[in-house]
Amino acid sequence: MELHPPPFFHRGPAPLVRLTFFAALAVLMMVLDARFQYLETVRSGFAVVVYPLQRAATAPMDAFNAIAGYFSSQTTLQRENDALRTKVLQSSRDLLTLESLALENDNLRRLLDARTNAPRTATMAEILYAGRDPFSRKVVIDKGTGGDIRAGQAVMDDTGIVGQVTRVFPMLAEVTLITDKEQATPVQVVRNGLRAIAYGDGATLDLRFMAANADIQNGDILVTSGIDGTYPPGLPVAKVARVERDQAYAFAKIQCVPIAGTDKHRQVLVLAQQADLPPPPAAAPPERPDKTAKRARGRAPPER
Amino acid sequence: MPTTYYEARPQRILLPANPLFIGFTLFGGLLANLLPWQSVTGLPDLLALVLVFWSVHQPRRVSVGVAWMFGLLMDAGNGTLLGQHALAYAVMAFAANALSRRLLWFPVWPQALQVFLVLLGTQVLMLGVRMIAGSPFPGVLYFAGSFIAAALWPLANIVLLAPQRRPESVDENRPI
Repeated sequence: MELHPPPFFHRGPAPLVRLTFFAALAVLMMVLDARFQYLETVRSGFAVVVYPLQRAATAPMDAFNAIAGYFSSQTTLQRENDALRTKVLQSSRDLLTLESLALENDNLRRLLDARTNAPRTATMAEILYAGRDPFSRKVVIDKGTGGDIRAGQAVMDDTGIVGQVTRVFPMLAEVTLITDKEQATPVQVVRNGLRAIAYGDGATLDLRFMAANADIQNGDILVTSGIDGTYPPGLPVAKVARVERDQAYAFAKIQCVPIAGTDKHRQVLVLAQQADLPPPPAAAPPERPDKTAKRARGRAPPER
Repeated sequence: MPTTYYEARPQRILLPANPLFIGFTLFGGLLANLLPWQSVTGLPDLLALVLVFWSVHQPRRVSVGVAWMFGLLMDAGNGTLLGQHALAYAVMAFAANALSRRLLWFPVWPQALQVFLVLLGTQVLMLGVRMIAGSPFPGVLYFAGSFIAAALWPLANIVLLAPQRRPESVDENRPI
């Protein structure tokens, strides 16, 4: 008969066994997540569990903002109202000219038989919190699949592009800021129309692989080129802050600061994707080496 | 014979820990980590501190599995690589479990020093994982987090053990 210790001494598997099991599971999950993106359903399951906690965590701040808003003084409101009124007047003038210009542009485009730029719907969302992860630049907004947000949509504030929706949960969505290291934004220099891709660099952006003699100066404004169909064309992205041209390197080192307040605002606008985008051209099938030749070579009798 | 100075301290007998309270504090730590910190580096990871605390004080209740689970919640909540915190917390809980027999014989600040090493190891592990995944180095200030968390260890000792303490009635003849 096998002897069992009394239940008082039962401790389950040994600690090292437990550690090995869980560590292996974690490593497996990380690989699946980083390389293959298989675990989005698992992640959204956990995200639903965490969601009430997230709302609870942001609740004091929201309450504080609400109370502060309630007690904001009459004069502040008056001043803000005046400022907004002048702004509306100015922008309505701009809007009038814009309308006629848009009409004219549409007509011209139709004459040229070019695709007209379809207007995009936009959804207002509020930033719940900035991600705590020191390795990436992400914020979480309070609308998800329920608010008709989809992964890949562009996010902007009143001054320019903030980032792109990268992950959507039922009630939340995660926005990767343009300053994230893994975020690339197709841009164009306003002054001369030069196209480039801006990569995030922590707090700033970086124009990589621009030739050392590329026509870019300090203070150049970069706007979205709209080539990929994700971002509407012409929205401000960044301003060139520093250009380093070194003869020793083939590429110039160009640093830009984002124009939009990527770390500042609470309200953002999520732009719907262009609906009638033509499908991307299918990738050309890779050139196969001539099989018959190979087989013939294999069949050739070995030399003696 | 030299006497070490912690030999003389009385050890109080504590009431058994309430599993509900343990769960409550763990979720509290998670909540603190999910507060809307505006991307500040060098924040203390309070969930890690609470996990280390319970892994040291209640190694049979809180160990690798619980830490792993909370790591996953942390990953999902913060949008980090799924499994990054899970791995780091599992290793951390293992280390804390291994320390649990010895650590409580020290006075509280030497305890904090050892906890600091555990937390720092956790951070280094997480940094290593993220560097392998291709993230940039977040700066030396990143490690300030575990220093601050370890400095909070005495506070955690007071707060988290509070429900287990009994009203003291000092009796000279019976010291415990």
